Amino acid sequence: MTGPDRVVVVGYVPTPRGEAALAHGIDEARRRGARLVVVNSSLGDALVDEEYVQGAAERRLRSELTASGVPAELRQPVGRDVADALGAAADDTGAELVVIGLRRRSPVGKLVTGSAAQRVLLSVDCPVLAVKAPPGREEGPPAEGL
Amino acid sequence: MALSELAGGFADALTVTNLLFALIGVVLGTAVGVLPGIGPAMTVALLLPVTYSLEPTSAFIMFAGIYYGGMYGGSTTSILLNTPGESSSIMTALEGNKMAKSGRGAAALATAAIGSFVAGTIATLLLALVAPTVVDLAIGITPADYFALAVLAFVAVATVLGSSPLRGLASLGVGLYLGLVGTDVLTGQERFTLGIPQLSDGIDVVVVAVALFAVGEALYVASRLRRGPVQVMQASGRYLTRSDLRRSVGPWLRGTAFGFPLGALPAGGAEIPTFLSYATERKLTKHPEEFGKGAIEGVAGPEAANNAAAAGVLVPLLTLGLPTSATAAIILAAFQGYGIQPGPTLLTTESSLVWTLIASLLIGNLMLLVLNLPLAGVWVKLLRIPRPYLYAGILMFASLGSYAVNADPLDLVLLLVIGLLGFAMRRFGWPVAPAVIGLILGPVAETNLRRALAIGDGDLGVLVDTWFSRVLLVLALLALVVPIVLRAVRGRRATPEELQEGSGLRHREPAAATHEGRGEQ
Repeated sequence: MTGPDRVVVVGYVPTPRGEAALAHGIDEARRRGARLVVVNSSLGDALVDEEYVQGAAERRLRSELTASGVPAELRQPVGRDVADALGAAADDTGAELVVIGLRRRSPVGKLVTGSAAQRVLLSVDCPVLAVKAPPGREEGPPAEGL
Repeated sequence: MALSELAGGFADALTVTNLLFALIGVVLGTAVGVLPGIGPAMTVALLLPVTYSLEPTSAFIMFAGIYYGGMYGGSTTSILLNTPGESSSIMTALEGNKMAKSGRGAAALATAAIGSFVAGTIATLLLALVAPTVVDLAIGITPADYFALAVLAFVAVATVLGSSPLRGLASLGVGLYLGLVGTDVLTGQERFTLGIPQLSDGIDVVVVAVALFAVGEALYVASRLRRGPVQVMQASGRYLTRSDLRRSVGPWLRGTAFGFPLGALPAGGAEIPTFLSYATERKLTKHPEEFGKGAIEGVAGPEAANNAAAAGVLVPLLTLGLPTSATAAIILAAFQGYGIQPGPTLLTTESSLVWTLIASLLIGNLMLLVLNLPLAGVWVKLLRIPRPYLYAGILMFASLGSYAVNADPLDLVLLLVIGLLGFAMRRFGWPVAPAVIGLILGPVAETNLRRALAIGDGDLGVLVDTWFSRVLLVLALLALVVPIVLRAVRGRRATPEELQEGSGLRHREPAAATHEGRGEQ
């Protein structure tokens, strides 16, 4: 890989919290003079995964990355859990920061389905920056549509 | 008179219970049609044990709803995901997905749904008109004739469908063998029971069908679980425009004309008529430049054809007791489970059942139109269910159903063993349908063969005594020889699956410059 050795990893999903994570990731990479590794993964266990960007959404993301001016790369591993994929990307690149998006959860909801963010916080070796979607754009269930 | 009896059927079908079962059937059918790998045949097989406690009429209304619903559901995934849920929807994916990609998803879904409705309604009415006539012709049928019909169905299903006649015949052999296990009715000899007392009653059809379809498919999916998700297109753009409608009407009617008779033939099933319909529309179109880029004719024709074929398949099933597709074979098994033998006498002995069923099909067709046109997006959400959950549920139902038939643990062992066989068949490209048809039709054919031989005092000549059986046996011979000769002369024939792959339709398009209609709504 070309570009600086310093790396910021962003966990991206095409939702407000993912966009927030990406925006903060771009800011951080710019401030640190680091390159950006954007990870958008899918467990690949369902035929449709709306958090895995493809087609027009992928092109939009790539042009957004280009427009930011920060050297960036998009990784889309399939078949690993989000926390594993982010951890692997962080280890692999020697990342100095991982940025993830959080959503508000009720204690009961978390008890039932667990939390990917929590697994990232506990397993990744470097500092983790967790951001929420801007107020008023918080999500309930995963976004509709594409 | 068929129409007055049909009116009577409507009176019976419009009860709350029957409407409810029709609704359950079409909802379930659409759902399984949407999910790839899970089809109406598997669903009806899974539901067989459940329905032994139901009224026959309710059960068959539900099964027929599942059968029709599966045809509708398959088109939704073909168009929006380029992932045909059913083999009969493969041709729809060719043009339908291209239409969705260029922002005309809604029009593609509309022409598919309305075309299915039009074709389903016409074909079901044809079924109502044709069935009594076929019964009149079939009433004088001898056991030897029936045997010849069964032979033709066996050979045609095995050699005409699928990529390889040999694999089809091998699969048929597996089914015929499994059908032989048990006690011979005439002599009381035990056949292939391996000395296991429970096997002297034969292997229950439910166990074999559930194992081949559900367990085999679950193991196969598990063997290649992790695959990248596919891209979902929006059902965007306008529903049918005036010109879309004008371009769709012809293909709908021609698709019906292909689907109904071909579905009714012994080599039935919906694959061939959809294939023919697509090829015809491609030749007849006034917009040849659009084919391959999203021509509405290429969606309208095949979708009409597959629904018409579903109705066509019911003709030999209800009038002769001859199943020509896997789902029809399992519905035949359900009839046998109720102690009803479909055949020329069915229309007189179970007249109200048959006419209520036909009326329910017309009602179910209307329900499907209402369910599918506005709700396509909801059905696609089903595909977000992670496969492990989905197949764990199916395996649980499969085990429960197989155990419930006889409450015998041996059935669970058989379920697993035959399930492994089903996995191997999928792994090596053996079609499952001939095995199921062999299993269910095999014993019926054998009974007729033995009866014919008994009548003729063991003289094999009795099998070619009538012109009817002679013609059928010659046709069976042709169905066996012609595909093999054609292969030798022309090389391998492309199956619809290969056509889909070959023409550059992949599940995930590389960043091609197709524009999506996201902003156009």
